Amino acid sequence: MKRPSLRCFKQRPTRGGRLAALGLLLIFGGEVLAAEAYRPVEDSVVLERLPRLQAADDLTDLRSRLAATPNDLALAVELASHYSALGSAEGDPRYYAYAQAALRPWWDLESPPAEVRLQRAVFLQHRHDFDAALAELEQVLRQSPRSAQARLTQAMILRAQGRYTEASGSCRALLTLADPALTALCLTSINSLRGNLHASYQQLQQVAARPMPPEHRQWAHTALGQMAEQLGDATAAERHYRQALATPRRDVYLLAAYADLLLDQGQPAQARELLADETGADPLLLRLALAERRLGIADWRARADLLQRRFEAARARDGEAHLREGARAALALQDQPARALELASANWRQQREPEDARLVLEAALAAQRPEAARPVLVWLDEASLEDARLAGLRRRLQENPR
Amino acid sequence: MKRLALALLLAVLPTQLWAHKPSDSYLTLSTREPMVEGRLDLALRDLEHAVGLDLNGDRELTWGELRQRQEAVWGYVASRLRLSDGSGQRCLLQPGEYLVAQHSDGSYAALAFASDCPGAAELTYDLLFDADPLHRGLLQVSTAQGTASAVLGPENRSFALAKPSMLRTVVDFIGQGVWHVWIGLDHVLFLVLLMLPAVVGRAGSLSARKVLMDVFKIVTAFTVAHSITLSLATLGYLQLPSRWVESGIAASVVLAGINNIYPILGRRQWALALGFGLIHGLGFASVLVDLGLPSGLLAASLLAFNLGVEAGQLSIVAVLLPVLFWMRDRRFYRRIVLPAGSAGAGILGAVWLLERMA
Repeated sequence: MKRPSLRCFKQRPTRGGRLAALGLLLIFGGEVLAAEAYRPVEDSVVLERLPRLQAADDLTDLRSRLAATPNDLALAVELASHYSALGSAEGDPRYYAYAQAALRPWWDLESPPAEVRLQRAVFLQHRHDFDAALAELEQVLRQSPRSAQARLTQAMILRAQGRYTEASGSCRALLTLADPALTALCLTSINSLRGNLHASYQQLQQVAARPMPPEHRQWAHTALGQMAEQLGDATAAERHYRQALATPRRDVYLLAAYADLLLDQGQPAQARELLADETGADPLLLRLALAERRLGIADWRARADLLQRRFEAARARDGEAHLREGARAALALQDQPARALELASANWRQQREPEDARLVLEAALAAQRPEAARPVLVWLDEASLEDARLAGLRRRLQENPR
Repeated sequence: MKRLALALLLAVLPTQLWAHKPSDSYLTLSTREPMVEGRLDLALRDLEHAVGLDLNGDRELTWGELRQRQEAVWGYVASRLRLSDGSGQRCLLQPGEYLVAQHSDGSYAALAFASDCPGAAELTYDLLFDADPLHRGLLQVSTAQGTASAVLGPENRSFALAKPSMLRTVVDFIGQGVWHVWIGLDHVLFLVLLMLPAVVGRAGSLSARKVLMDVFKIVTAFTVAHSITLSLATLGYLQLPSRWVESGIAASVVLAGINNIYPILGRRQWALALGFGLIHGLGFASVLVDLGLPSGLLAASLLAFNLGVEAGQLSIVAVLLPVLFWMRDRRFYRRIVLPAGSAGAGILGAVWLLERMA
């Protein structure tokens, strides 16, 4: 209640801020001090290239409409979905944050509408807060048992955690909810990791031959490419990746996977060509640096340093993250096998895909600590995961068990 | 919409971590009494999202475009970056050089600024959180006491720059106490209403000594009463809804006004002061809670504010009393000033009462 007075401004209470550890100062102090401010020589100098978004006009339009009516749930969900899709394609958390901002009126509610809860779950999943995401999804499914998106998200999280049986259960629940091809895609992507690689590959090839929307086809061929790599069939893998790339939808992770194939096949020049100007996304910058190193191009060191600075900047705000990429960079760019092993092992505790296993094995060998690879080897045996890329590594490790 | 649903389905798929770092800004401050100098580096991508930079829509941000938007950019920063001193007063930020800096994840606008801010105590950072909840302001401050860092986020927007000295805090709060009495019309009016009849007795004039004694009793009673409730309420032991408190204060003005004409509550002004003083104290407490007591100097600030309130009241009494005392013998005073003044104040009180009860 306003007191009758001559004041014309309200005074705010004092609140203390939190002081970060001195380590924070050391880490990002370097970042800030190194950033000299300068005046560009002329007006036409391009300072930043913004990502070219496919539906940029739709986005601007939605944004202004939502600004006018921020409490319109349907509009907010639509904008948030657009941003989420961009976030997943670019691997850029800013878009997820924009999605969250669009849903602000409902985001912090104890029991928000199902669509908002679903966005929250997707958001948590991308931050790798898997348990929290699964909890949200359970609630969503209680409210909307027929939500295909929720089921699919649930399946993918369980798959990432290595809980294959439960993941398959979620996939099967999709059968009555969406296009049957989606169920097949879901199941085969899990079964390929638990001893049914060949059968899964065949099955998925048949499914992919049927007509389906271009985004599903992209997913199918990306998955087929990964399975082909596991089978050791590089030619087929390349064919699948190229088909996946033919879709208009840009996907940073697909580019990274294809670049990895090219690098594994001893084709760094093609990898470099594929990744041409891709210095924005960290995984692509990493593979570009790697390709250039193998080609003996001097630039690679500068790129590797830039990548390290990015990891440090990310660490300064959020603590240790980017374990998978960090481990790879430590191993292949920084020549620090001990650090690589440390990061790879920490990464393995969080996720269990073939790439994660491979990192531990490679790092263990490079650091000459084969015993560190044992938990991974045990898990691989139990899960009967087949992967041609791991075979050679496993053999070498088993030769020196120490 | 169908296309969107498909894209949404695929949004699930990569369980890989982000390929980019979330949004950060870099803010450095250095304080050298009374000046505060600083630089804020904001990512061009973030500025594009917040204020719009790409004037020709070609998805390339040039130095020319950034320069053209300088005012808009600065306006955005000035409205959301707040530097304040020990008493919560905002210090003006003067824009300095407008340049560019390269950080690991792209180009940033580097905005220098300075502020003449004696006793700079708190920085509040409100940029971008409403559009990007993952945004963080990475702050680095160097003061006479050393360097400190902090990560400012939506849940943590303020940073305490300096521990205010005891002396400074006490002086500030005494000042606040005095000020809030002077601008608190309802408090002032109540006090004046009590004083109006104090200078006149029922029969004949009162001696100066008697008048002074009476006024002293009134002011003391008022002081004692509101000090008690002010302290209890500020420390959290007493909590009443502000609607009732404000209405009570308005009612006290009405009743004091009526009482001056028809002594329905008796002639012992000090008793009125004591009783209603309890409610007025709660009114002061709400002001004090708004100002915010520094946690380390709670007792000192509370005492200082109290002293300020007393001083404010005494200053009003000191000004008014001689005037009333000089006027008290005139018929004009007894017949007109006293009743009309009381009635007028009572009506004003009634208006406030109606407003606040609503």
